[in-house]
Amino acid sequence: MSAKLVQGNEAVVYGAFNAGLKFFAGYPITPSTEIAEMCSRDLPKVGGAFIQMEDEISSIAACIGASLAGFRSMSATSGPGFSLMQENIGYAIMAEVPIVIVDVQRMGPSTGIATAPSQSDYMQVRWGTHGDHPMVSFAPFSVEECFTEAIRAFYWSEKISSVVVLLLDEVVAHMREGIDIDNVENILEVPDRGPFSEEKEGFRPYKVDRDKGAKLPPLGTGYRFNVTGLVHDEMGFPVEDPEKTGDLIRRLHNKIDAVEDEMASYDERYTEDADVIVISYGSVARSSLRAVRELRKNNVKVGFFRPITVWPFPSKRVRELSKKVKNIVVAEMSMGQMVHEVERSVGDSCQITLLQGIKGELITPDAIHNTVSEVISK
Amino acid sequence: MIGELTNKYLRMDRLPHMWCPGCGHGIALGALLRAFDRVKIDKDKTVILSGIGCASRAVGYLDFSTVHTTHGRALAFATGLRLLRDDVKVIVIMGDGDALAIGGNHFIHACRRNIDITAIVLNNQIYGMTGGQSSPTTPQSRLSTTTPYGNFARAFDFCNLAIGAGATYVARATAYHASLMTELYANAIKHHGFSFVETFTQCPVNYGRRNKFPDPASMLQYMKDISVPFKVAQNMGSDELQGKIVIGELIKEKEDVELNEVVRERIMKFRGGAQ
Ligand SMILES: Cc1ncc(C[n+]2csc(CCOP(=O)(O)OP(=O)(O)O)c2C)c(N)n1
Ligand code: SF4
Ligand SMILES: [Mg+2]
Repeated sequence: MSAKLVQGNEAVVYGAFNAGLKFFAGYPITPSTEIAEMCSRDLPKVGGAFIQMEDEISSIAACIGASLAGFRSMSATSGPGFSLMQENIGYAIMAEVPIVIVDVQRMGPSTGIATAPSQSDYMQVRWGTHGDHPMVSFAPFSVEECFTEAIRAFYWSEKISSVVVLLLDEVVAHMREGIDIDNVENILEVPDRGPFSEEKEGFRPYKVDRDKGAKLPPLGTGYRFNVTGLVHDEMGFPVEDPEKTGDLIRRLHNKIDAVEDEMASYDERYTEDADVIVISYGSVARSSLRAVRELRKNNVKVGFFRPITVWPFPSKRVRELSKKVKNIVVAEMSMGQMVHEVERSVGDSCQITLLQGIKGELITPDAIHNTVSEVISK
Repeated sequence: MIGELTNKYLRMDRLPHMWCPGCGHGIALGALLRAFDRVKIDKDKTVILSGIGCASRAVGYLDFSTVHTTHGRALAFATGLRLLRDDVKVIVIMGDGDALAIGGNHFIHACRRNIDITAIVLNNQIYGMTGGQSSPTTPQSRLSTTTPYGNFARAFDFCNLAIGAGATYVARATAYHASLMTELYANAIKHHGFSFVETFTQCPVNYGRRNKFPDPASMLQYMKDISVPFKVAQNMGSDELQGKIVIGELIKEKEDVELNEVVRERIMKFRGGAQ
């Protein structure tokens, strides 16, 4: 096959299929709907199933159910629907059920502007569901990355036995680029679940090392354990014992900490001699890259840093970089959310300037260019 | 007999159960075990799900693959679980608040889709687990902790709702009618498509106490007094049926296409019609 024009949302579906997607449940919402439509058309062709549910609460619930039955499952939504999913996101984290949720960010709060891009779900991704929990999220900035990051999302959701949020924005989702889907290199192989012990009687899916995810065999195959959102023991039965409670909550975090470095992914360019670095993700990073290249032509020592794994935030690398520069510019389509993570990573090792995008428009290369110029001239 | 069944189908190491003395949910669980035996259920090929509430705690005692989901959402979990797995029986146990307040939308859509799931609602007309607040099936003027001056709203008729939404098997029993309950559960499990059995149970602690029922027995007596078998009800006028509940099989359709068949057919079509 040769390159053809593919849309970001479409590339997500290609990636998911490559990763072995078998089940999609969703509810239509702009700007994510193409994902559902494509799954409805193509899943039966690979022996999978699509179902349009009555809302996003039931969509994620159905995905969890299908994953428990042994199938790779995904839903896709945007702000209002993502808010509705929050309770069951917590359930999948607590019960350790692998699923992938695509959130295509649009302007909010509330219905906002359905067709306008935004990055204001960044903190909701991290903290949207209640209770202490870790979160993993990847944010592509190109069509090819929509494909590869979708695969990576499935890979890690299986590895950690939990939720991974694939975080797009309207621009990335609707953009078209020429890619050759069949010849993308370095594709991850998504691991199968198991193997599971042959001894089915008394099987304990939550009996794993202190920094490992649960091992859930498909339900209805002879392993008769319990799955619950309550604090539970190794067989999944409710307990309230303080020690067991602490151990479970700690393990849910430990299993992410243990793979944080391996899971970390970022795109770093022109940072070696930089005085100032622009940090941004998703579609805004496209504007940043353009601005940085323009500025470099004028001999401005500016660098580019783009988290791809946006949760956990790549704090270590940002901290190291902050020690070498005078300024960091954070550009994001919100009042400022990722900037808090940058601040937390940087401490007082350099100045931080925020460029907000709150008008429902992509931040332009010019705006970033100007902000960097201002910061430097100060 | 029941001892044999408990050993066979319950996780004996999870007992004693959490239900209050006199709670009707246990009667329903007993009937379910008898129904399992009657249909010779395969423990390894059955998944039982529930929502949140006293009723939903039943799954913790059942020696099957069990999923205790979130409040109101059990049918949605079950839909996803069942869609590509027609090798498993899927049974869902819910409370009245669970299935009809927070989960009402999922309930009617599960009925409409005719997916092969058996839904059992233990309707005690109250929120038991949270201490006795009103539910969508609390009768008018009855007392609860959130209707201290009497419940204003009318109670839902669960079965009529299910029939209206297109369920292909709809039946009702009460805790007084334990053997009918067993029969209905067994028939529901055998039914091809979505089946629903509403089961009236008593919550002496959080409903009876506030509503002039001195003990669990008086609540069972009341259920007996207001129940009318479906056949008898056919010859009664709506006036006569005021304040009564109709028990037995209200709807049992045979020919309808079940959702999984549609999914399977579609997959087969793309595989070039094999099988
Ligand atoms: C989203 C959410 N809201 C509220 C609750 C609290 N809650 C737990 S059980 C319950 C009601 C249970 O009533 P019912 O479904 O009738 O079951 P019963 O306890 O009477 O058997 C409520 C409101 C919850 N767990 N989750
Ligand atoms: S509160 Fe009511 S429903 Fe819950 S266990 Fe006690 S008697 Fe049963
Ligand atoms: Mg109740």
